[in-house]
Amino acid sequence: MKGLRRYLDKIKPQFEKGGRYEKLQSTFDAFETFLFVPDKVTFSGSHIRDAVDLKRTMSMVVLAMMPPLLFGMWNVGYQHYLANGVATDLWQNFWFGFLQVIPIVVVSYVTGLAIEFFFAQKRGHEVNEGFLVTGMLIPLVMPPDVPLWMVAVSTAFAVIFGKEVFGGTGMNILNPALTARAFLFFAYPKDISGDKVWIVDKPDAYSGATPLGDAMVGAVDKIPSPLDMFLGFIPGSIGETSTLAIMIGAFILLVTGVASWRIMFSVVIGGLVMGWIFNLVAINDYMRIPAWHHLVMGGFAFGAVYMATDPVTGAQTLKGQYIYGFLIGLFAIMVRVFNPAYPEGMMLAILFMNVFSPLIDHYVVQANISRRRKRWQKVPVK
Amino acid sequence: MMSATIKVRKGLDIKIVGEAAKNTVTISPRTYACKPIDFIGLFPKVIVQEGDRIKAGAPVYADKKQEQIIFTAPVSGTVHEIRRGPKRVLLEIVIEADSQIEYIDFGKAEPNSLSRDQIVDKLLKSGVWPVIRQRPFSVIAKPGDIPKAIFISAFDTNPLAPDFNYIIEGQEKAFQTGIDALLKLTTGKVHLNVQDHPATSRIFLETRGVQLNRFTGPHPAGNISTQVSRLDPIGKGDLIWYLRPQEVLMIGRLFLSGTYDATRIFALTGSMVNKPAYYKSLAGASLQDMLNNNVTGGAARYISGNVLTGTQVTSDGFAGFYDSQVTVIPEGDYHEFLGWALPGLTKFSFYNMFLSRMLPKKGYALDTNIHGGERAFVMTGKYEQVFPFDIYPMQLLKAILAEDIDLMENLGIYEIDAEDFALIEFIDTSKIEIQSIVRKGLEMIRIETT
Repeated sequence: MKGLRRYLDKIKPQFEKGGRYEKLQSTFDAFETFLFVPDKVTFSGSHIRDAVDLKRTMSMVVLAMMPPLLFGMWNVGYQHYLANGVATDLWQNFWFGFLQVIPIVVVSYVTGLAIEFFFAQKRGHEVNEGFLVTGMLIPLVMPPDVPLWMVAVSTAFAVIFGKEVFGGTGMNILNPALTARAFLFFAYPKDISGDKVWIVDKPDAYSGATPLGDAMVGAVDKIPSPLDMFLGFIPGSIGETSTLAIMIGAFILLVTGVASWRIMFSVVIGGLVMGWIFNLVAINDYMRIPAWHHLVMGGFAFGAVYMATDPVTGAQTLKGQYIYGFLIGLFAIMVRVFNPAYPEGMMLAILFMNVFSPLIDHYVVQANISRRRKRWQKVPVK
Repeated sequence: MMSATIKVRKGLDIKIVGEAAKNTVTISPRTYACKPIDFIGLFPKVIVQEGDRIKAGAPVYADKKQEQIIFTAPVSGTVHEIRRGPKRVLLEIVIEADSQIEYIDFGKAEPNSLSRDQIVDKLLKSGVWPVIRQRPFSVIAKPGDIPKAIFISAFDTNPLAPDFNYIIEGQEKAFQTGIDALLKLTTGKVHLNVQDHPATSRIFLETRGVQLNRFTGPHPAGNISTQVSRLDPIGKGDLIWYLRPQEVLMIGRLFLSGTYDATRIFALTGSMVNKPAYYKSLAGASLQDMLNNNVTGGAARYISGNVLTGTQVTSDGFAGFYDSQVTVIPEGDYHEFLGWALPGLTKFSFYNMFLSRMLPKKGYALDTNIHGGERAFVMTGKYEQVFPFDIYPMQLLKAILAEDIDLMENLGIYEIDAEDFALIEFIDTSKIEIQSIVRKGLEMIRIETT
């Protein structure tokens, strides 16, 4: 590794100010710090610092997305061969899905990172690690049959209009991955919804509807068994079908403390409460399905674990996180059941609450302020 | 008076090696320094010139804005050098000590028989006064103010902190005399805060006239702000004064012996120190004598104070006025190949993202590497886990960055000091210089309001 280090030290001056490739400074820095943790030492404040950094943190999230990604690859193959009536084994299924999914992942990362590098250089700061997560989230919420150019266009839209116009990572209001998904949903409604996109190369005669699709048209009796939905043997977006795989990811996020358990927990509670309310009203078949079935249907679990917990776009105060999560769960099920045009309520619920999370935080902080002011008034100011 | 034990639940004890062994070496360094930069917001006015002969207790410089506050020499000797930094900032006034120290006699006295004014006058004339600091802002107390209470934290929870129960041994008389003087300075209580622990010294437990408060919990349980927040929170316009035990001793000795006796015991700590132990010297002592042949090879960071809040000095530098600790740790100026991706068996972290969390070591030889690059605020909910206050730390930091003074006040800036954010700075995944942001906010308000 010393040779590599020597080589980097040798070419580094060319990327610094006044160097031949100074326009690529951010890009060089991103690769250099990827290979080597910088030798920078503290100069003010605390002389020692925790071993953690944003790279470590974000790579934990990427690690937590591996179970749904790997399962998703297998399921893409499984659904394809099932629809075509071909008997296959585990590896054939996986290999088919792998070949289908990897290009989507590559397109998402290449498009997003290219834009990120460009903006980092323009603004003269480092490339933020946030896109390592976004770049993986986007493929996981895509239908397996999505055209690659659509992945590129929606990723570009999400990074530019979802993030960079607000000032980059840490400043954005909306979850970038969901922005990509929402863009795709509203820009190409014909291509992204219906029965066609969920199974790769589906024969026309085969029903390719997702459970939410079935429920939407009132075919509640066609919804697969809760166990199939929990395990994920159903058509759907690449990473969203298996609640089990998502729960493994949730376990990683919670043990490492990267994601807020408060948000995950309250999203689930919010979803259950809304489900129960519908059970009480019960004026149609969709409202009658047991509340907990909603947790394993569609993108609910995926959104609760990976999307709602985004620290930048979610509520930032601890009390606010309970409210924020609860309302996401509530609205997700409400939109899902009430509004047949948007079978996937989770996406809209999270984006909606992203917009309101600063307001929730504002009221939580105001409560702290008025508590403090009351204390000041009790003790006469000298 | 006694009160119930106060439990501090949030915080973090950083596991770092190099604790001082409980034995004391007496040293008599040749040089000492009076450092105006030890005091926040001070504009010094030099009184001595290079070459002057002075006695211990003679004025060296004064506060330009309140000239009755003077800073005196800890030893008798010759003014060796007046060192200035960039923009002619007065860094330190170095005094070469006589072999036999000659003290100016300020007269012995029994604090209980003196009036408040007489006590204040004695503290000011002798140069002991600057040991008393105030909150908010952590500046030297103003003699004309009357604080609502005085706080003494008799334990330090910072990494490798000195054990005041050990330092105080045999000095009950000086400590009680110092407390007697302080009792005259406030109309409120004098709080003596100790750790709820069997090793807590009888001297603290049996001090008369104070309210004794017991604390348990991780760092920052020993910080003044933590204790004030639990006992008598500061609001806008409130004022409290605070000291550490060795500073109470200096007051006590002034009344007992009539001299400016700056005797101070330092804990020499850190993984690069061969024999970490306690060293008895004077405030402002040169560090050379204790560090000589006592530091292992390699690039080292010398700190007057602890690793979280101390000041970087050189190996031939001087101890800070308020510091009871000197720490030497390795510099971390190395590149680590794919360091962010390694399992991290030997890394200390607050987070469960490293294998070391499953196989913890007793202590780690932490160095000064930042372990990453600076980023925008991203993670949430973590700062709160090491911050035992009813304050929203990230919102307060953002208010400071926005220079919104009203919002800073409303979010509780008067209740904290930069040192209370040291753990947040340590655990921050975005590697932001948080203590300097907090100091900037406090100074902004202090300058605005005075």
